[in-house]
Amino acid sequence: MSEQTLWMIAVRDNRDKAAFAALFDFFAPRLKHFVMRGGIGSGQAEEVVQEVMLTVWRKAAMFDPERAQVSSWIYQIARNRQIDKMRRENRPLPEALAHEPESEPDAGQVVALEQETSQLKRALARLKPEQREMIEKAYLGELTHQQIKHQTGLPLGTIKSRIRLGLDRLRHELKSIREP
Amino acid sequence: MNTITHHIPEPILAAYAAGALEHPFALVVATHLSLCDDCRASFGAHEVLGGALLEDTAPEALSPDLKSGLMELLDTPFEPEPVFRRSGAYPGPVMAALKGRPPRWKRLGGGVRQTILSAGEAGSARLLYIPAGQAVPDHGHNGLELTLVLQGSFSDEAGQFRVGDVEIADDTLEHTPVAGAGADCICLAATDAPLRFSSLIPRLLQPIFRI
Repeated sequence: MSEQTLWMIAVRDNRDKAAFAALFDFFAPRLKHFVMRGGIGSGQAEEVVQEVMLTVWRKAAMFDPERAQVSSWIYQIARNRQIDKMRRENRPLPEALAHEPESEPDAGQVVALEQETSQLKRALARLKPEQREMIEKAYLGELTHQQIKHQTGLPLGTIKSRIRLGLDRLRHELKSIREP
Repeated sequence: MNTITHHIPEPILAAYAAGALEHPFALVVATHLSLCDDCRASFGAHEVLGGALLEDTAPEALSPDLKSGLMELLDTPFEPEPVFRRSGAYPGPVMAALKGRPPRWKRLGGGVRQTILSAGEAGSARLLYIPAGQAVPDHGHNGLELTLVLQGSFSDEAGQFRVGDVEIADDTLEHTPVAGAGADCICLAATDAPLRFSSLIPRLLQPIFRI
């Protein structure tokens, strides 16, 4: 399992502040940059970073390494915070799926998800700069769904096949949660 | 769980994951995700991509006291946000939009009723109640409309829609949805523009009912 996943599990299960500090050191500076790309200043960006990281601490019980990478979990928390702040309304969120926080994570599942993610990262790294830029724009919320639909030149081929693999795996897992 | 055959299109799902979707549509997507494992898995994959981009972002220097300030906050007590659970036909996100209360229906005529969940510049979201076998007046759309079935079913020119199914309509679709026989149909509908009704009376009533 990756360092990040182990830190997050330590935060979730043992309220480990040293592990939380390690997560902060990695994610907070990146989150700040990420949030500033949305067009807000340094001071306000740090407020968002603080709120996001505080949510990571407070909602740690919701983290399920069999279903989400630490970075994807934090990405969603950051998107939620930014939307709630910018639009002054609560972003509609899907129902949380039940999971048993007491149970040991299935290391096989966690590692499979991590491998899938690193392959996705390699596919990202192979993109041309302008393709990469477009993907970043889309996932930073800078494109509308019409724009995403019309970006037929998007390098989605490789990315989509990776997403589909991950998706397949996730879907089977969701099925096993619902129908144990 | 029944089989969902009409899903959220990929660009709309990606826009939701990225936070680029207007509130009324985001409500429909969040509700569909609560009912549909396929789309939830697909959403999970979009989150993975978003997370990968976050990890790849160049770090930005932080104010020196940001970390210590945050570490001090960890032990402060806090109120957890309220969690709205599914109630009957209404999944959690709809219950959140209803603020945990049952819908307050307003008559639209012909037995059709509605509850407005949100209305503003970004469009509107509402619940529609259509008695079994009843038609909703023939209407077209000026913009995008997403309709998600929560109870019963409806059919129109585009096919049959059951619980969990989403119909995506735009300005090219002129349709007459008819609720299936058997159960009254309840839908969650979101639009970014007012609907255009083909007959005169509903058109006159439109500003009053905000539909």
